[in-house]
Amino acid sequence: MEPNWQLARKQATIIKRARILEKIRAFFVEQGFTEVETPHRIPANAPELHIDPVASDGWFLQTSPELCMKRLLAAGYDKLFQICRCWRAGERGPHHLPEYTMLEWYRRDCDYYQLMEDCEQLILGLVNNKSWAWKGEKIDLNIPWPRLSVADAFSQHSSTLLSEVTDVNFFSELISTKIEPALPKNKPVFLVDFPVLQGSLARTKPHNPNQVERFELYIAGLELANGFSELTDPVEQRKRFEEEEMQRKAAGKPAGPFPDKYIKELQTLTKAAGIALGVDRLTMLLCGCETIDDVVCFTPEQL
Amino acid sequence: MYNCSDLKKGLKLMIDGDPHVIVQYDFTKPGKGQALYKCKLRNMISGALFDRTYRSGESFEPAHLEEREMQYLYQDDTGYVFMDKKNYEQIVLTDDTVGDDKYFLVDNMEVEILMHGERGIGISLPNFVNLRVTQTDPWVKGDTAAGNNKPATVETGYALQVPSFVEEGTLIQIDTRNGAYVTRVKE
Repeated sequence: MEPNWQLARKQATIIKRARILEKIRAFFVEQGFTEVETPHRIPANAPELHIDPVASDGWFLQTSPELCMKRLLAAGYDKLFQICRCWRAGERGPHHLPEYTMLEWYRRDCDYYQLMEDCEQLILGLVNNKSWAWKGEKIDLNIPWPRLSVADAFSQHSSTLLSEVTDVNFFSELISTKIEPALPKNKPVFLVDFPVLQGSLARTKPHNPNQVERFELYIAGLELANGFSELTDPVEQRKRFEEEEMQRKAAGKPAGPFPDKYIKELQTLTKAAGIALGVDRLTMLLCGCETIDDVVCFTPEQL
Repeated sequence: MYNCSDLKKGLKLMIDGDPHVIVQYDFTKPGKGQALYKCKLRNMISGALFDRTYRSGESFEPAHLEEREMQYLYQDDTGYVFMDKKNYEQIVLTDDTVGDDKYFLVDNMEVEILMHGERGIGISLPNFVNLRVTQTDPWVKGDTAAGNNKPATVETGYALQVPSFVEEGTLIQIDTRNGAYVTRVKE
């Protein structure tokens, strides 16, 4: 029998992927970050309307390591990073796997502006060049990368103004169909300052209680990272989680247990910021691969 | 009933009373937003193509179509000709009906034809077909890395990536569900 060529053909990319992981670790270690490992299987994830966790023997597989990592911050740790697996039920497409690799990093006494600079430095270091190409499109990496507010993006690319959007599903529909396709492909862009309904763990803007200090990094139209200044008010956090749970119930989705320890310990956290970046998608960009299938050893269909 | 997570290229659904087939499928989901299941559908009766976007929570009625075992004979100006091996009755499927399935049809191949009354409206291909490579670059001596690939074209005109050791004239097995190379076939 001939070796499985659909596995064999990915070998060069898998070798590059291993180098990328090494370089990501080196970048954070160099800057004084500590790599941590928190459990993949947890009693409760942060409730989110559109993220469905996978049940595991009475608990759940993590949809993100954020709750455990922020509990460490609240306990006094600083500058943490983790590279780990996350699971999200039913997500499968050219840019989605139900099990995928996430990079998250957290800083105390910082806000989301620092995280945007971290993204610029991390990715510039990985590319080792001021420009590169993906899907035939040249990408200009000169910093600072443009920052576009969600409100401005809506006035530029949608016939609906952000102020007119009250429904969360309508908001995400416009993001998918109007905003994302209109974002520049030839340079990275930070989409910043989301409505409060779209950032249940993020801190509100100092002068605008309807918006949160949250950003999404897009490169070549690919959504790569989501970062924010962390909400540290336990009362407000409980309220936001309850709102998400209510929306889940209204959508006919099962309610999960509440992450009570997280909410309780949040009161010992002051200022902090954290971010999640999709390692598989970053690898797609860096290796010139067009689908996420090409950058992992096995897709679910290959198991 | 199907739900959104069942949607994929090739799935057949009943919509407004007519059978439809998904000819293109894409899944998008902004991190915190809802998933969108974008489908290009073909009405299997009228041939009309159109785009539909579905959201989680929607469900779909499967299209149960009568299948007839037939043999593919040949292609001519009228389209693709198939024959029922029991009664020798012949039917013709148009180019539009056959679509990309034409790349996986070889003479005398046995397939299931999906019927609407007396009319053939689609093909149910076997999961794997064997096709001969008609064009590819020669194997470079010394290129022994198992993962190296190169473009190739098979007898039906279908182009795909194959391992570097596959040569012209080789019979290869292709997975019709994703169009990918599986292995060389021993003859």
